[in-house]
Amino acid sequence: MEKFTKLKSIPAFIPLMNIDTDMIIPKQFLKTIKRTGLGKSLFYEMRYDEKGKLINKFILNNDPYTQSKILIAGKNFGCGSSREHAPWALLDFGIRCVISSSFADIFYNNCFNNGILPITLEEKSVQELSEYSKRKEEIEINLKDQSILYGNKKLSFDIESAKKKRLLEGLDNIGLSLEKIPSIEKFENSMKKIKPWILNNG
Amino acid sequence: MPKTLYDKIWDDHLVHQDSDGTALLYVDRHLVHEVTSPQAFEGLRIQGRKVRKPELTLAVPDHNVPTTDRTKGISDKESKIQVDTLRKNCKDFGINLFDVNDKRQGIVHIIGPEQGFTQPGTVIVCGDSHTATHGAFGSLAFGIGTSEVEHVLATQTLIQKKSKNFRVNVNGSLPAGVTSKDVILKIIGTIGTAGGTGHVIEFAGDVIRNLSVEQRMTICNMTIEAGARAGLIAPDEKTIEYFKDRPMSPKGKDWDKALIHWKKLFTDSDAIFDKEVNINAKDIEPLVTWGTSPQDVSPITGEVPDPEKEKDQDRKIAMYRSLEYMGLKPKMKISDIKVDKIFIGSCTNGRIEDLRLAAELLKGKKIADNVSAMVVPGSGLVKRQAEKEGIDKIFKNAGFEWREPGCSMCLGMNEDQLSSKQRCASTSNRNFEGRQGRGGRTHLVSPGMAVAAAIKGYLADVREIN
Repeated sequence: MEKFTKLKSIPAFIPLMNIDTDMIIPKQFLKTIKRTGLGKSLFYEMRYDEKGKLINKFILNNDPYTQSKILIAGKNFGCGSSREHAPWALLDFGIRCVISSSFADIFYNNCFNNGILPITLEEKSVQELSEYSKRKEEIEINLKDQSILYGNKKLSFDIESAKKKRLLEGLDNIGLSLEKIPSIEKFENSMKKIKPWILNNG
Repeated sequence: MPKTLYDKIWDDHLVHQDSDGTALLYVDRHLVHEVTSPQAFEGLRIQGRKVRKPELTLAVPDHNVPTTDRTKGISDKESKIQVDTLRKNCKDFGINLFDVNDKRQGIVHIIGPEQGFTQPGTVIVCGDSHTATHGAFGSLAFGIGTSEVEHVLATQTLIQKKSKNFRVNVNGSLPAGVTSKDVILKIIGTIGTAGGTGHVIEFAGDVIRNLSVEQRMTICNMTIEAGARAGLIAPDEKTIEYFKDRPMSPKGKDWDKALIHWKKLFTDSDAIFDKEVNINAKDIEPLVTWGTSPQDVSPITGEVPDPEKEKDQDRKIAMYRSLEYMGLKPKMKISDIKVDKIFIGSCTNGRIEDLRLAAELLKGKKIADNVSAMVVPGSGLVKRQAEKEGIDKIFKNAGFEWREPGCSMCLGMNEDQLSSKQRCASTSNRNFEGRQGRGGRTHLVSPGMAVAAAIKGYLADVREIN
């Protein structure tokens, strides 16, 4: 997984609440058996008309937002289906940071497994940052400092320390958990005695 | 210290916990389907990793399978590749698979309980947000992403942070025509689609206790639509009765031991919840959704709301967008909304009790001329049982199509889709833009309300169907 340290970009702002993962990547693209190649289908029904032609008024179809690495959106971003195709599509498009006043749980966790930083801010701050999208001015995210630089201002954001460390170092969760195999074995051995029916499946 | 049911199951599955609270949780049961697993198996192969406990995983294709005649295989090329990939992965990694033409094949959240694979007090995960369904049996069950599927396959554990405790009490007795689908729609309408974010919701109260286990599944199934990590209902005698003699239920001495454990699965009387909401059953009417979020609910006797009356600016914008998408005008009567399509099925309402209820109302009647209607049983076993009871004939005689089991039009990954502007009364769980097909308009309803809409050709009140 690619490390996340600093990110500088003109953000793209989508002023909608409850953006669900069906909207981020519709069902017809879930037939893939790969993680890559979904960027062109990101927000498909908002980006393309029924004939597959680009819809000009949609923000990600317009420069400089075609190059945005930061997405700003309304509250409850990523609700609905657990499909990890949603963060894969964002990443494949080039987006590595999503800013909102709240995120749905499954989507939020999926981001960290793909090197995407979801930042939760108060609605007032989300509004303030969205102005930089409209003005086509860059903002800069610094994960180590947990700060966002915009204009000559700076604000800080919260993130769990373990999740921050994973992004900064690009760590493989599975590799780390496999180091805990002795604890897992101990747990299973005790379960054999207390709840034998769990392991006696099949 | 007194504990909630969630606290008990959580503590019981802690393999390891870091000082910041990040925990490694043991996963007792893992369900896998064709859409969210190929990349996970590919990841294992690339890293040369094995599946730690293949016997604790059960796989089934459901999202991407046709619901018409399957004897000739799957014609859609991409769908076929995905289902073939699942078959190969299960073979290579030693995982039990109910294949497309297995009579036990069906929607992953229906076959888990049906087989006794789901069990009280367990931690159950699946790469599907409606995994919350299994919470109806007192198991901590939730949806995960594909990277997490890979993590579970490799380690039989999952990295988690503990959620907060939320209890929703539903008391009183349900008025006529009101079902568990209406109860959960009422709850989502009350707390909102982000109302449960960061929480596990336990459903309690005498209404919940009086529901059958299948009706409880409908409630827990849609907990995710309220944003919660999981939904939970304490197991009771009905739960135990349900699991007796299921193929994968504990046997012999294991059953006796399991019973002792299951009977401890309840929230202590003085346990504290971070959040609590009370709903009075008498305030619930048969409901429908009018918008593109499951929280957009209205009684069937009501009207489409006027966004101008909404004070929250973001919500107002969202309401206007929804009404435009849905092709509806503010203040129009809900019962004046004409429908084109009826869908009965899904992990929300595709079980035998749902089909029985719908068939009972439909007996001797015909669907309206302006609608086409389909029933997709939740599993092969549900389908067989329904056919044994003659339920298929009632549906077919009324003008419904009787299909093979799968997720079907709930998400329209296969051919079962709405066309643009087509309007559907659907027993599924999501009314998002484009969910059932690009431009398709979904109204979420209970199975009884779907039948009422089928007969009248408009969204209609189930209480007026006799």
